[in-house]
Amino acid sequence: MGIKQQTQVGRFFAYLVLTLGGLAMLTPFFWLASSSLKAPHEIYRFPPVWIPDPPRWENYVEVFQYVPVFRYLGNTVLITVLATTGIVFSSSLAAYSFARLRFRGRDAMFAVILSTLMLPFAATMIPVYILFVKLGWVGTFAPLIVPSWFGGPITIFLLRQFFRTIPMELEDAARIDGASRPRIFLTIILPLSRAALTVVVVLSLLHNWNDFMAPLIYLQKRDLYTLALGLNALQYLEGGRDWTHYVMVMATMMVTPVVVAYFLAQRAFVEGIVLTGLKG
Amino acid sequence: MQTTAVPGTAVRPAPKPRFWQRLSFEETFWGWIFIIPALLGFLFFHLGPVVASLALSFTSYDIISAPRWIGLANYQKLVTDDLWIRSIEVTLRYVALFVPSALIASYAIAMLMARNIRGINIYRTMWYLPSVVPVVASAVIWRWALHPEFGPVNYPLKVMGLPSPRWLTDPNWIIPSLVFISLWGLGNTVLIFLAAIKGVSPSLYEAAEVDGAGPWAKFRNITLPMTSSIIFFQLIINVIGSFQVFGVAYVLFVTQPSASSAGPNNAALFYVLYMFRNAFGYFRNGYASAMAWVLFVVIMLLTWLLFYSQRKWVYYETEGK
Repeated sequence: MGIKQQTQVGRFFAYLVLTLGGLAMLTPFFWLASSSLKAPHEIYRFPPVWIPDPPRWENYVEVFQYVPVFRYLGNTVLITVLATTGIVFSSSLAAYSFARLRFRGRDAMFAVILSTLMLPFAATMIPVYILFVKLGWVGTFAPLIVPSWFGGPITIFLLRQFFRTIPMELEDAARIDGASRPRIFLTIILPLSRAALTVVVVLSLLHNWNDFMAPLIYLQKRDLYTLALGLNALQYLEGGRDWTHYVMVMATMMVTPVVVAYFLAQRAFVEGIVLTGLKG
Repeated sequence: MQTTAVPGTAVRPAPKPRFWQRLSFEETFWGWIFIIPALLGFLFFHLGPVVASLALSFTSYDIISAPRWIGLANYQKLVTDDLWIRSIEVTLRYVALFVPSALIASYAIAMLMARNIRGINIYRTMWYLPSVVPVVASAVIWRWALHPEFGPVNYPLKVMGLPSPRWLTDPNWIIPSLVFISLWGLGNTVLIFLAAIKGVSPSLYEAAEVDGAGPWAKFRNITLPMTSSIIFFQLIINVIGSFQVFGVAYVLFVTQPSASSAGPNNAALFYVLYMFRNAFGYFRNGYASAMAWVLFVVIMLLTWLLFYSQRKWVYYETEGK
């Protein structure tokens, strides 16, 4: 076999694996959507039903009778938006300082902040919980929002990398015109960094929307549940009914916005993943 | 700091002022102001808690009454706690299965994607999409997809007359099933490896081809070493992450914080799950802190060990990059 045929075979093999594997990766999404349209008896059917007949659209209406979906959604959105605002604000400030201001101890401080990336969350979980108990914040959204206002290593790192690429001349010119640092930060750095800020926003939205452990620790009352907690609890709702098709409906409602967000901001997603993963 | 002039080596008449002599007060002032939130965050949510959890690990503390100093008793109790041993066993099994399979599979897929594939965007999307799915939703999907009687995974096995495992109820299958579920989300790592592989300079391959290197030689001597720093970083991140598996196991096997079992025969009793149960189910915060510290030390040692070993196998293009 010549080189040419060899690469042909190689390419064919690559397409085959990527396509079959890719379809396999998507199958659970299809399974989820189809199960959310099933009647209870179709869930317990062998062989498995792939296309419910007829699709039971009522599931999407009925679930609202049993589960306060809007309340969970509102809670999730509130937490997500406030936490994201916080992390963008505090991380970009710190990143600006680390990227463009020169002062003694700067690099050491940056190393300190970055080192928390390696710190297992399990090591801090209990004292942080106790801190919030003492503050009387358990059972409120504060423990899920306030920490974000103190920055995060990944977002600071990511924004710092980006801020360093903005030409110094812009800043120097503004300095000559008498602009202060906060002003430069707000009127020059932030507007020029929309791409990087989008990445940070996307990462933070995704994290807060998907988060399970922190809400589980801090929000015990049903009124405060996020979608993730609500979905988890729905699995155990009792009352002699079978809830599985509603569980699937709610899971679909939780997955759909994330998938849509991916398609809307594909570049930001991919860049965010790659930038946070390439630190070698 | 590359701006520092080295005294004595310069022939120049006046040595440049040192880095910090050229600093302006104004920059220093704002520099510190801007990092105050991040530094406070470091103190309140990282350094403080790590130290506090060490102190707590020598106490018995239920939050309601004051902590009581009990010395090493928590640690002594750990050694004789069968469930703690069990949780280590479960976690190590998971780490040993998940980390290598995730890294190897992701790298292989990334290699395939790196061959100028047409429609790469579609493939990237297909493979990446599962990794954005919330952990609760993923657990819910797989609980039913892996259902031994009605699930679509066992369907083809049954049709072909193969044994159909009880994925999430047979203690021997639980860890492999959880690894399988986590592998569904490997798209993340695939994208990182893809970017790394694509980032290797084409001139290296061209030079190798001139020397008559085949595909394997190119992979072994160029691609692998040039991406080794990223493989290394992913290895660390994955090890740290899989030592702390929580969400998927909790959703699938735990009904409430104080539930006394995690799967049949505690086959899904992950380390952090057991820690969580002690802290938030039984309010044994001192005991749970001792567990946290053991985990912390183990992870730090492992990270250090990996960093130490990397000199042998990780290649950095520019030292101290």
